[in-house]
Amino acid sequence: MTVATGARIGVVTFPGTLDDVDAQRAVRRAGAEPVALWHGDHDLQGVDAVVVPGGFSYGDYLRCGAIAKYSPVMTELVLATGRGLPVLGICNGFQVLCESGLLPGALTRNAGLHYVCRDQWLRAENTTSTWSTRYEPGAEVLIPVKHGEGSYVADEDTLDELESSGRVLFRYVGGNPNGSRRDIAGITDTAGRVAGLMPHPEHAVDPLTGPTDDGLGMFLSALDALVTA
Amino acid sequence: MARVVVDVMPKQEILDPQGQAVASALPRLGFEGISEVRQGKRFELEVAADVDDETLSRIAETMLANPVIEDWTVRREEA
Repeated sequence: MTVATGARIGVVTFPGTLDDVDAQRAVRRAGAEPVALWHGDHDLQGVDAVVVPGGFSYGDYLRCGAIAKYSPVMTELVLATGRGLPVLGICNGFQVLCESGLLPGALTRNAGLHYVCRDQWLRAENTTSTWSTRYEPGAEVLIPVKHGEGSYVADEDTLDELESSGRVLFRYVGGNPNGSRRDIAGITDTAGRVAGLMPHPEHAVDPLTGPTDDGLGMFLSALDALVTA
Repeated sequence: MARVVVDVMPKQEILDPQGQAVASALPRLGFEGISEVRQGKRFELEVAADVDDETLSRIAETMLANPVIEDWTVRREEA
């Protein structure tokens, strides 16, 4: 089923990363070649885009994502985003992108304090970003969440700016699992190339192993952008 | 060497569910009169004499605290 596009998408592994293998599988299933990037790498190996996957980078010591932002690969990544490199941060990856300052706001302890692991309905809000063009505006998708610190917070001005500029990527529907402000599940940067979300699209690329294949659209969207670019 | 203490607290407007959980547990344990608990972090740094206050502030702001969600204070402890 897979159509090889020739695109190469890097997948970062920090010590403590869990979901790099699933992210690589999702990249392959979407039709790109996954390229493993190690946290100590000073070189992104010329990839066309990067996924920062979920897990517990550096044991979540200090704060989730706080140590990862100082890793050599993140230094390269931040520089490359300035040149337009598309980046998707998933779960811990989203936390890393916020800590790095690539995305505004922060992820804090779930309002209910419990770790939440369930299939979660989301509504696609922004369908023009590099990672979301395959979704119809307002489409509802079912994608797993699994996190203990996924409550998205930012000051009111930042939240208003995200809303007014259409940078809310997905919103939780049918129940907010973590107390995120304004039910925000994911956001993008101003250019729409850097995106982050707490739910796990890479766990929803195959109905055999996930609730749906609704997550595949994020990877296909990026490939559309890369192939036509 | 000097000991420097950095206290990091969630900002007042940030929900602190851990502090709330502690506050709600206290009456169950028979402790009355505690209306609010907020939970933060304390860092103790052993610092060489030539590290100035500006450097300590940068350490607190860039590493020990996330200024989006946390406030921090730095103080040198008297020996």
